[in-house]
Amino acid sequence: MKVTILQFPGTNCEYDAQYAFEKLGAKTEILWHKSQSVPADTDLLVVAGGFSYGDYLRSGAIAKFSPVMKAVTAYAKSGGKVLGICNGFQVLTEARLLPGALKRNESLHFISKHHHLKVISNDNIFLEKLDNSDVVNIPIAHHDGNYYIDQNGLKELYDNNQVLLKYCDANGDDKNPNGSVDSIAGICNKERNVFGLMPHPERAMESLLGSSDGIKMLQGFLKA
Amino acid sequence: MMKVIVNVFLKAGVLDSQGKAVYHALESLHFDNISDVRVGKQIVLNLDESDETKAMADVTKMCEELLANTVIEDYNIELVK
Repeated sequence: MKVTILQFPGTNCEYDAQYAFEKLGAKTEILWHKSQSVPADTDLLVVAGGFSYGDYLRSGAIAKFSPVMKAVTAYAKSGGKVLGICNGFQVLTEARLLPGALKRNESLHFISKHHHLKVISNDNIFLEKLDNSDVVNIPIAHHDGNYYIDQNGLKELYDNNQVLLKYCDANGDDKNPNGSVDSIAGICNKERNVFGLMPHPERAMESLLGSSDGIKMLQGFLKA
Repeated sequence: MMKVIVNVFLKAGVLDSQGKAVYHALESLHFDNISDVRVGKQIVLNLDESDETKAMADVTKMCEELLANTVIEDYNIELVK
């Protein structure tokens, strides 16, 4: 199992992602954004969190034109598995590999805290180790995490089981930290090979540091 | 040389939290005749171009590809001589 982790100028979660996947037994490689290709042995491509290009213009807007993104798009279109976390989710929506967009949080504040998430659909490789309605405790850290999609797009997400995770409280009841449509925290594409979420499972790998629920989430990708 | 101004705003129907915050702040300053506030951004471009049609076409392409995210934003373009 080989995980390739993208690094743009301003990315800051690539080493957390590396730690997380190595803890799970995967081989990892950090790939600088100037690369024109994705390593051939890649089983999972992670677009890590951070502030690519300083979030200038819009979060993820400039990263989508980095040299590596052409190869990422080709990799995704040919069925390669891609996971975008936080800024990586923003990059994937900007690159139109995932539907919708991430707006400024409704409160206008940067939010950094642990938050509960409910599994809405485990009918995909990412969350198949979890059951629907399971609640996990995962850190969020974002300014632009307010997921937006129009009504038609939202219906399509539900019709195809593409809504993966929603924000909730410890009991699994709705609790929306940032104004996201229907409290959506994570989605996938129709083909179920491109995944995006604002919360950081790679920062929830050690119970000593608050939660190890990220293990159950990321483990899904480790299947041979 | 041509100056082009691009204005980018969230689409009507997409909640503009910044606009709402500014609206409430103005209300608290007793400006009570406001019905709506939208906050956007303005991008000013200087183009080495004399053909207005070409400039308009180029800037439209810039907006579609980069300057606006048309999933949530609208834009308008003003040519300034």
